[in-house]
Amino acid sequence: MRLEDKLFLNRYQTDKHPHLRIKDREVCRHCDGRPCTFICPARVYVWNEGEERIETAYEGCVECGTCRYGCAHDNIDWRYPRGGFGILYKYG
Amino acid sequence: MALRFEVVIVGAGPAGLAAAITLARAGVEVIIFERGEHPGSKNVMGGVLYRHPTETIVPRFYQEAPLERPVVEQRLWLLTDEAALTLGYKSMTFAGEPYNAFTVLRARFDRWLAEQAVAAGALLINETVVEDLLWEKDRVVGVRAGRAEGDVRAEVVILAEGANSLLTQKAGLKKDGINTNQLAVAVKEIIALPREKIEDRFNLEEGQGCTIELLGDATKGMMGTAFIYTNKDSLSVGVGVLLSSLVRRRLNPNDLLEHLKSHPMVRRLLTGGESKEYQGHLIPEGGYRAIPKLYGNGVLVAGDAAMLVNGIHREGSNLAMTSGLLAAKTILAAREKGDYSAANLAPYREMLAESFVLQDLQKYQRAPFFFDQNPHFFTLYPQLLSRAAREFLTVDNVPKGEKQKRIWREITAERSRIQLAGDLYHFWRVMG
Ligand SMILES: Cc1cc2nc3c(=O)[nH]c(=O)nc-3n(C[C@H](O)[C@H](O)[C@H](O)COP(=O)(O)OP(=O)(O)OC[C@H]3O[C@@H](n4cnc5c(N)ncnc54)[C@H](O)[C@@H]3O)c2cc1C
Ligand code: SF4
Ligand code: SF4
Repeated sequence: MRLEDKLFLNRYQTDKHPHLRIKDREVCRHCDGRPCTFICPARVYVWNEGEERIETAYEGCVECGTCRYGCAHDNIDWRYPRGGFGILYKYG
Repeated sequence: MALRFEVVIVGAGPAGLAAAITLARAGVEVIIFERGEHPGSKNVMGGVLYRHPTETIVPRFYQEAPLERPVVEQRLWLLTDEAALTLGYKSMTFAGEPYNAFTVLRARFDRWLAEQAVAAGALLINETVVEDLLWEKDRVVGVRAGRAEGDVRAEVVILAEGANSLLTQKAGLKKDGINTNQLAVAVKEIIALPREKIEDRFNLEEGQGCTIELLGDATKGMMGTAFIYTNKDSLSVGVGVLLSSLVRRRLNPNDLLEHLKSHPMVRRLLTGGESKEYQGHLIPEGGYRAIPKLYGNGVLVAGDAAMLVNGIHREGSNLAMTSGLLAAKTILAAREKGDYSAANLAPYREMLAESFVLQDLQKYQRAPFFFDQNPHFFTLYPQLLSRAAREFLTVDNVPKGEKQKRIWREITAERSRIQLAGDLYHFWRVMG
């Protein structure tokens, strides 16, 4: 089963304001291995080769915090979505 | 004027709710902040909930709480890519009172547990993120919640915010932060199946449940475990691995889960099931040596935020509840004196040290480092054990004595006798 289809099963209350922000885009350009692009359970981060930047599809984030600790350069300004927004598990 | 409560609790998981119930019952004014729409809506576990520790908070909870199945059997599977060595224990004494453990779904269970706290008199505020602590010099005097006029003053604050312990770190209670070798990242899928199918496939009587823990190829040899637990009409199927090994191996958690689901030993258990939800969560795995400072002036830390997880035995919710309970007891004693300074909250750590919580974590304190440094316990040994079993069970007219020699030769080709003796010795020291 594809990850996109799995995320589609989940309920989200999407906030208009992204809760994840890259602090310094220059750091990502030189980041070795870019762990954020594979450690994230929801594959929120994708490296855009053409624009040389990390794209952040925060809408699919399951708020685990993995990227906050796994980013090689502490380059993610990580916050919880505002109260009531974000992932809403039915089962958990 | 800011609102004022005796106790503010951050997080309505098992730790925060155990504390809230205990305090509210003793007549303390307590407010709980939860960032989810309702308690549990952000929470994930395997999840096996243990009866005994839960009963210390809510006696006879199993008569009314939303539980899935009582666990009557626990299995352990050591996987290679095409085989499995299995071990298990099943007992009908676990099928009835007093019970040992139940499978649960946290979005439902936490919500119910929170209702018990509210019934006892606690105030629960959902959909609210606590963004910061309020300080006066070196004393915590309240919290700043993410809503209009969100400052709430308190005599004492309990941080029960879970594994991603932003406030605990910010408060300087975990000064060195958390490293990737102190966290496991876990993903899990809920797969719906009809009850009868579950009971047939897992050899269960009506309503009873079982758990399977899987090692070896289940995590592609990374430090961690996978699991399959039976719910009423679904399975919880997940895998958790140390974040540092995930980074090293450049793997994605969902790819690992798909790898597990397609294993020949697993595939048939899931056939025809319908995926309902996909989840991700951190598990604090740093063990005893990674525990933060557990208290300060006007503040206590409980549960996952305090790294109180026994990964080897898949125990977390029980350590969370017990620490929440002991935090509450500490506060009740400090309340008598009207003084919540660090000196008066110090009994919290002492009580934890006298309980199974710190004793178990201390017993396994070398384990996280040891297994991180000795990955062959998750790669080579499952392989060797599996090959040995195959050799021994293959009937091909080779005398058994010769087979034993062959097995031994195969093993010593991979690890010398001295290495084997060392592994055994260290394994025993770490686990024994
Ligand atoms: C995949 C997986 C499987 C597991 N399996 C088991 C198992 O089988 N058995 C077992 O006993 N344990 C298991 N555990 C561990 C167990 O889930 C945890 O140990 C337990 O949930 C810890 O409870 P807690 O109350 O400390 O934290 P949590 O349950 O994480 O609760 C923290 C709460 O705080 C809220 N919160 C966080 N920050 C804020 C904030 N700033 N403001 C407001 N609210 C906030 C969260 O929304 C959450 O409700 C498992 C864990 C995982 C991830
Ligand atoms: S890991 Fe961190 S620094 Fe590297 S690319 Fe990702 S966000 Fe940028
Ligand atoms: S918090 Fe978890 S799901 Fe969200 S972006 Fe980070 S790693 Fe991905």
